[in-house]
Amino acid sequence: MTAGTMTLAAEAAAAAPDTSHQTLTVILFAVFVAITLGITLRASRQNRTAADFYAGGRSFKGWQNGLAIGGDYMSAASFLGIAGLISLYGYDGFLYSIGFLVAWLVALLLVAELMRNTGKYTMADVLSFRMRQRPVRTAASISTVVVSIFYLLAQMVGAGTLVALLLGITSPGAKNMVIAGVGLLMIIYVVFGGMKGTTWVQIVKAVMLITGAAVMTFWVLGKYGFNLSSLLGAARDNSGKPGFLEPGLYYGKENASVWKTLVSKLDFVSLGLALVLGTAGLPHILIRFYTVPDSKTARKSVNWAIAIIGVFYLMTLVIGFGAAALLNQKDITDRNPAGNTAAPQLAEALGGAGTNLGAVMLAVIAAVAFATILAVVAGLALASSSSLAHDLYANVIRKGKTTDAEEVRVGRISAVVIGAVSVALAIPAQSLNVAFLVALAFAIAASANLPSILLSLFWKRFNTRGATWGIYGGLGSALVLLVFSPNVSGGVVNATTGKAASLISNPAVDFAWFPLSNPGLVSIPLGFLFAIVGALTSKENDKAKWAEMEVRSLTGAHAEKAAKH
Amino acid sequence: MVVPVGTTNSPMLGDPTQVEWEEIQRSSEFLRLRKALRSFIFPMTAAFLAWYLLYVLCAAYARGFMNVKVFGNVTLGLLFGLLQFASTFVIAILYARYANRKFDPLADELRNKIEGETR
Repeated sequence: MTAGTMTLAAEAAAAAPDTSHQTLTVILFAVFVAITLGITLRASRQNRTAADFYAGGRSFKGWQNGLAIGGDYMSAASFLGIAGLISLYGYDGFLYSIGFLVAWLVALLLVAELMRNTGKYTMADVLSFRMRQRPVRTAASISTVVVSIFYLLAQMVGAGTLVALLLGITSPGAKNMVIAGVGLLMIIYVVFGGMKGTTWVQIVKAVMLITGAAVMTFWVLGKYGFNLSSLLGAARDNSGKPGFLEPGLYYGKENASVWKTLVSKLDFVSLGLALVLGTAGLPHILIRFYTVPDSKTARKSVNWAIAIIGVFYLMTLVIGFGAAALLNQKDITDRNPAGNTAAPQLAEALGGAGTNLGAVMLAVIAAVAFATILAVVAGLALASSSSLAHDLYANVIRKGKTTDAEEVRVGRISAVVIGAVSVALAIPAQSLNVAFLVALAFAIAASANLPSILLSLFWKRFNTRGATWGIYGGLGSALVLLVFSPNVSGGVVNATTGKAASLISNPAVDFAWFPLSNPGLVSIPLGFLFAIVGALTSKENDKAKWAEMEVRSLTGAHAEKAAKH
Repeated sequence: MVVPVGTTNSPMLGDPTQVEWEEIQRSSEFLRLRKALRSFIFPMTAAFLAWYLLYVLCAAYARGFMNVKVFGNVTLGLLFGLLQFASTFVIAILYARYANRKFDPLADELRNKIEGETR
């Protein structure tokens, strides 16, 4: 089938060299969609119980779940965004890769196994284990949906931009259609495939992404005789920026004003903190630990994920520097000022711009990027719809008096609602910066979710008020600091356009009083503080439930078992 | 101690069970298990977070150090970043080995005992 499409595309390329990659991209992407829909259909026949729908029957193997975690985690922002950042600013793009990877140690050492042993379907299962169910589940459900929606918006806006750039679509109507199409596919994956179908979509995508990145990495390295130093030298020389291999081109800029330098460097530290602490608070990542039979397999799957994600980020480093070495900076920024298309452009250059091979490479990498977006949005939609159905509907509204079938039905309805809402929000949000939305999701996850997760797993004195104050306090401070940050108003004014680099681009509107773009440095400690103060000011302390939770979390006794099919 | 494990109707959250959780929590076996876990994960978390923050702080405030060339165009900053990858891989492997050898046997024994008692 692939060979057939290749010939077809080669013919198309010969006929119309300018649009050939676009036709091929569409064909390759259609093949990916057809394969994943087939998988979804197969999975839908096995979706019988709530454990199948929410946790894929808990029967995935360690390496399978490791690949799926990779497929869930390596978003378009990390592939296109990091490669683009490195291609334009060199060394500074590296921080994202490092933070995103080191973050997995928090998940491995502190969260994955204990969560698998105590929870069932959602993050709130663990948070509410020894607390009053309704207030804690409501809070956890709200923060799950908020984090997932921000992340979803980032991916959908990214999909719109990517399609516009790679397929040459410029009309706003067509871009909106693309976003709606992504939303529709996402709903189909989740509603019919549930966790099982979504997991397989993520596995297929992870293999495609790793393969695509590996081909580019070896190609780039081969051009420089597998000598890292000469690749770096070529990147620096071709970029025309002497400080390209040193920190400081993008983050923590040295400035004439001492205050501005201080703020810029603190902002960098703040981003670093949010990256490393955000991962273990992302609901769509946390629910992946429930898809394996036991905590040992959860540990194995995180180790697989660390290997896959680590190798992938090392490859984006080579791809980013390769783009800087082989492309003109102006060609990158002309297509997208943030460098988001540097990786596909590099693919084209490697194959030879204007040649058939170049067109094929561009089409393949563009199709991989679309596949990446689809797999990530499916995971996000599943996380938020399972929280709405299992936490908010089954346990808060119906107070636990529901059947399995009813919970799954509500989960499916929620997936449709989440899909519709995210499309409706993504269409007007297209002017927002993708990296900003992702960083925001990480900062909120680290501030709102992580403090309560860690304290509920390790602190015997933790209780209902601690959990709700921690979640609302962390969520609230992250959001408030963002609204009053330069992200929303009062950003740096561009001298040529006269517009501020903020959501509100009119420089006359400036209500910002919080100087950092990344709220993490302040909102993460605040999240912990709210959680601790809340717990200490409440007398509630269920020692029996704490004993049950601690013993179960460490031993795995009475943990949810894998389904037998 | 060999006790058959696995129940057909797995208990739901909040289900009443006959397990004396508080008694187990106070038992010397459980305390050993908890110590085995915490004595690894807490110091290791402190160590990798400190190591990571050191990297972030150096990238922001110790640029002279980060820009020292080690060989060719490879700087200390780049090596420091690559070492973060290496340390992440090493810690993940060390933890897996530690957990397999020291933690899992204790946890398995206690789990079998608990699940055996409540059958």
